[in-house]
Amino acid sequence: MDSKKDEIIISAQNVEFHYENDPEDKTPPKQVLKNVSLDIKRGQFTAVLGHNGSGKSTIAKHMNGILLPCGGKVYVDGIDTCDEDRIFDVRQRVGMVFQNPDNQLVATIVEEDVAFALENLGVPTDEMRERVDDALRSVGMYEYREHSPHQLSGGQKQRIAIAGIIAMRPDCIVLDEPTAMLDPKGRKEVLKTIRKLNHDFGITAVLITHYMEEAAQADRIVVMDNGEILMDDVPKNVFSNVELMKRIGLDVPQVTELMYLMGQSGLPSDTHIIDEEECADALFALLKN
Amino acid sequence: MLKDITIGQYFPGKSAVHKLDSRFKIMITGIFIGMLFSADGFIALGVGLVFLIMAFIISEIPFKLMLKSLKPIVPIIIFTSVLNIFFLDGAPLIKLGFIKITAEGLRTSAFMVIRIIALIMGSSLLTYTTSPITLTDAIERLLSPLKKVKLPVHELAMMMTIALRFIPTLIEETDKIISAQKARGADMESGSIFQRIKALTPILIPLFVSAFRRAEELAVAMECRCYQGGDGRTRLRQLKSDGKDYFALGLSIVFLNIVIALNCVLG
Amino acid sequence: MPMIKTEGLTYTYSIGTPFEKTAVNNVDLEIEEGTFSGIIGHTGSGKSTLIQHLNGLIKPTSGKVFIDGQDIWSKDVNIRDIRFKVGLVFQYPEYQIFEETVYKDIAFGPKNMGLPDDEIDRRVKETAELVGLRQEILYRSPFELSGGQKRRVAIAGVMAMEPKVLILDEPTAGLDPKGRDKILNQIKEYHRQKNTTVLLVSHSMEDVAKFADKILVMNKAQVFCYEDTPDVFKRADELTSIGLSVPQITRVFLELKKRGIDIRTDVYTTEFARKTILEYLENKGKRGGANA
Repeated sequence: MDSKKDEIIISAQNVEFHYENDPEDKTPPKQVLKNVSLDIKRGQFTAVLGHNGSGKSTIAKHMNGILLPCGGKVYVDGIDTCDEDRIFDVRQRVGMVFQNPDNQLVATIVEEDVAFALENLGVPTDEMRERVDDALRSVGMYEYREHSPHQLSGGQKQRIAIAGIIAMRPDCIVLDEPTAMLDPKGRKEVLKTIRKLNHDFGITAVLITHYMEEAAQADRIVVMDNGEILMDDVPKNVFSNVELMKRIGLDVPQVTELMYLMGQSGLPSDTHIIDEEECADALFALLKN
Repeated sequence: MLKDITIGQYFPGKSAVHKLDSRFKIMITGIFIGMLFSADGFIALGVGLVFLIMAFIISEIPFKLMLKSLKPIVPIIIFTSVLNIFFLDGAPLIKLGFIKITAEGLRTSAFMVIRIIALIMGSSLLTYTTSPITLTDAIERLLSPLKKVKLPVHELAMMMTIALRFIPTLIEETDKIISAQKARGADMESGSIFQRIKALTPILIPLFVSAFRRAEELAVAMECRCYQGGDGRTRLRQLKSDGKDYFALGLSIVFLNIVIALNCVLG
Repeated sequence: MPMIKTEGLTYTYSIGTPFEKTAVNNVDLEIEEGTFSGIIGHTGSGKSTLIQHLNGLIKPTSGKVFIDGQDIWSKDVNIRDIRFKVGLVFQYPEYQIFEETVYKDIAFGPKNMGLPDDEIDRRVKETAELVGLRQEILYRSPFELSGGQKRRVAIAGVMAMEPKVLILDEPTAGLDPKGRDKILNQIKEYHRQKNTTVLLVSHSMEDVAKFADKILVMNKAQVFCYEDTPDVFKRADELTSIGLSVPQITRVFLELKKRGIDIRTDVYTTEFARKTILEYLENKGKRGGANA
């Protein structure tokens, strides 16, 4: 296991990407990704932050060959995503969950939906049964296996979508704004599920989001702006750049913002504080004497 | 509200009829329809009815539910019976001005009505006792020999599954769009037919736009899950047939033969 | 006279079926003209059903709704007029866009009101500007725009009816922080200019805290409370107990109080938190000085 620890599962190298313009449109196409290089280590929980149009979803779609780079290379477990013959090897290793839970469930019964990828891969029925049940248990939706997706809440649907990916037993799961359409309860459920999969099963997770409180729970945050990687560091260091984050249209946790404001007023403060506990400790120390 | 419409009127249960292999159920339903249409007289039709009632009792489907399935065809029943009662020639039973009712007319209309009702009840029994997904599965497998003549059987089944999956979603969406346009003062309840059709534009366009968006996203999600058409696919749910399925099929064939025999003897 | 008033408002879904559910239970509510109120509650707490009663999209099972003193279900009221008086922006409103141009789509509501063309023109241009849509965009197809722009087109379409009450159901769902702040600021600006009564439904306590004067908390089909924003946050403990998440900063101050620091806990914005800390330190300094 330990030898695998530092292994790189996804490697994007100098990726350039733009969408094709209409043939009549003579202006040069807008670069969506500009020379992006990013390595994802096995077992890591990475969050990608950025405002709409920053290129964060585009880089995510490169990670399992849904989009192919116009320049540069993307390797998944050493396989070039441009290699058409091995595209299903890539997709089996890196699964993807999308924003709208309704638009990624195919079947009318939960367990059939979770089995969909396995059916496509030609997994034998007995093994399939076991893997479907395991996947449903790991997202805590086993009791709902015979329900119809439209009877479920948004958060539950999204967990089914995750189970459908987990059943493939991928190395990595990429989630493209999975919580954007959910209520607070659904968001918590989904995030808890992601953390559990990452922590208990060692699945590498890449979470694209614009909720900073979600990103704060990751091991590492990549901040994208204007098609480039602007910052790539642990959450504490990323959020301590309060002014920069605000300038590119992102938030920082309220506690970090308070620390920043206190610093402005000449009070002792530390903008590396990103959670309530630390903030309460710091304020307690300041206020008690 | 639109939400109240139920699609795929599956009534879950554990009866012997529910447990039959859905492929056999489709075949048996076909044979039953054969009985109804080959029957010439009331006695032969009665044999078909016995078969239906038997299946109905075993299925444990509430009678009220069966009646409900007949509701949409009430106009058709009335229309056929009126047509037959009044417009069939023969010795008049009652005569009121130019309206006359003949014994022949009464008999034919009763025969037709019973046949239609039995037909609907029989096919409802199939959908009540079989979930849409297994029904789709069974159709895919029954049609699979047609793959040889290049009929896209798997694709058709996949389309049916996706349709079943998205009908509730789209109904909900339609409800929402109607409310949203009403909130902007859209008037859908008054005016001429032409105006009312025109008033549907603000609903239909957003609905189409959203359906296309959903289709696109679903296609990408399916690709991510390694979808590559029907070749080499395995299935989670296996359709298994055993003795009881063959017994039920055999029984229905026996009934069909009785109907045909009765036609010959009595005809 | 309140702008919005409900009396014993009750709505039950699917009566007589196993799915029977009371979504709004005996709600008495009075909302004054010109207030900016936030509505908070879980999914299924009844807030969506409640707002759809206020413009007559849903007819109550029992109870009454008064808008501007008028019982909206009395015989001499045309329900369409109520819908022009109470503008309702649904969740993900961009999915209702259907016209060929942005201009026509914003004009759909005003046109249904039967306004003259020059008045429609004024309203379309004014609201478009207010939500930050440039003039040249008005003649483009709304389907070519970005997600955030489409959302603003849809909101402008309701604002252009110049309703006396503007209700928005989660207008910022799915937007990034920048897009979210932009839209909320535009709504606030519209409120300020027109003195419209605004009801903002949101899952985000932080957003509501920042923008609303009063907060209506719905819980289990009933009104849990309807008070001025600072007063609602004084009850942060109760809010937590019914499972609503209060802003992170409020939780920090609750924790400080628990640890024995005598500090106010109705703190819900970071700016206010800084002020509170500065005040506390200043007072302590004085007290400390007096003691010495």
